Amino acid sequence: MKPNLPDSQSARGTSPVVLIAAWLGVGIPMLWGVLMTVKKAALLFK
Amino acid sequence: MAGLLDRERTVAGPDFNRWLFPPAALAIHLSIGMAYGLSVFWKPLTQVLGITQSIAGDWTLTQVNLTFALGIFFLGSSAAVFGRWLERVGPRKAGVVAAFCWGGGFLIAAVGVRLHIIQLLWLGLGVIGGCGLGLGYISPVSTLIKWFPDRRGLATGMAIMGFGGGAMIGAPLADLLMKHFASATSVGVWETFAVMGLLYFVAMLAGAFGYRVPASGWKPAGWTPPTTQKAAQTSRHVHVDRAWRLPQFWLLWGVLFTNVTAGIGVLSLASPMIQEIFGGRLIGVTGTLAELTTEQKAAIASIAAGFTGLLSLASLIGRIGWSSLSDKLGRKPTYMIFFSLGAVLYATVPFAGRTGAVPLFVTLFFVILTMYGGGFATIPAYLADMFGTAFVGAIHGRLLTAWSAAGLVGPAIVSYLRDWQLARGLAAGEAYNTTMYILAGLLVVGFLCNLLVRPVADRHFMTDDDLRREAAAGAGGTTAQASPIEVTR
Repeated sequence: MKPNLPDSQSARGTSPVVLIAAWLGVGIPMLWGVLMTVKKAALLFK
Repeated sequence: MAGLLDRERTVAGPDFNRWLFPPAALAIHLSIGMAYGLSVFWKPLTQVLGITQSIAGDWTLTQVNLTFALGIFFLGSSAAVFGRWLERVGPRKAGVVAAFCWGGGFLIAAVGVRLHIIQLLWLGLGVIGGCGLGLGYISPVSTLIKWFPDRRGLATGMAIMGFGGGAMIGAPLADLLMKHFASATSVGVWETFAVMGLLYFVAMLAGAFGYRVPASGWKPAGWTPPTTQKAAQTSRHVHVDRAWRLPQFWLLWGVLFTNVTAGIGVLSLASPMIQEIFGGRLIGVTGTLAELTTEQKAAIASIAAGFTGLLSLASLIGRIGWSSLSDKLGRKPTYMIFFSLGAVLYATVPFAGRTGAVPLFVTLFFVILTMYGGGFATIPAYLADMFGTAFVGAIHGRLLTAWSAAGLVGPAIVSYLRDWQLARGLAAGEAYNTTMYILAGLLVVGFLCNLLVRPVADRHFMTDDDLRREAAAGAGGTTAQASPIEVTR
């Protein structure tokens, strides 16, 4: 059975790859949403 | 499984990079932010039986609209009721429960649509989903403030920006999915609910399992907590049960309520407002909305949808922009700007309408909506500055009842005033003028509330003994400030 270690003991620190992946994971959908909104809003200025 | 969710399991090690926490918080806030995009489902939900048009037995718009009102009501209520529990069990458990409620709420709503039982839609997205909204919304806030004591506004702005952006992703995604699933026998809503429920469940679980709380006494390298009596940011803590009895809490409740009431009122009627005020001028022809052809009305409706989208974008930009700026300006001056500038801008709107200046009208509302979003994102940092960080999640949860109240009052004020003006015989384009002056007046009330906020008196802060007792009882999420751990990130 896996010992019930806190994350502070089981983790080896934060890899830059994990950090970049995490930000891309939320950043890409958000950018897509912003672009869709801007595309729709562009009609206001035509 | 229970061990994985315990607060003790989420304490970060000294090598944890605090910049990993905001994306975890964003994963949750981007998911629950779809609450603002649910209106994309309303029209198809009124045609579940008739498919191409509403027929006898189909749900009415009023019936399906109630889902949103229930959701916002349960958002505020659950945040108020479960805030204390969240501080005790930690953000991960709260995030997981939020994932079950929000993702599960979509699945229950899918069953409701499939079987055409409106009560299941209300229960799923309104009641259970609403609880998911409240828990998800407050789950990362106090931990973010603890990770970023030096940049509280930026930290809360990053997460709460996600709530503003959720609909921008969710609404077009829902539109694509409904088109994909639409058939001769289905409007595609229940299938879309099922897919989105699963997507949100996975995204929120990923966010919740990314949550880490800083070790007791942790602070960023090189940062020293303000110690002077006059510092705007206290390093001591007020217990949640005391905080909500203090005038400062209720003044801040008034600050959030007035700011949100004005903004949410405008947002709820943004589309008809721009169409009725400018009519044909939006597409370069003369004539009021009633005098236009069906094609011209359709073109104007698209432009109005673009306007609503732009306001959502303004709210998102304001959430991160104003809250970050509040780290430099201070919370109280930031809200002073919201209320003074906001009142002037609202009072200028009738002029923009009368002169037909569409770019001015759009710019005015863009700036107003940045301050609406900024108000949401800056309030947790304001609370932390005022009452300390130990119970800020629970205090913020109770303050969010102001949002629930504003969600009911704001749209009601704006639509009631519009109908009253129309009944008095005013042209549709002029029916919003009085509303704008009243909203400007509401912001003056908010200005006064903010002006009256004073630092909390010494006698209300917890002593070290109080903090130790709370820590022993497992509440408060933080223990007495002892043996700070310095790290370099």
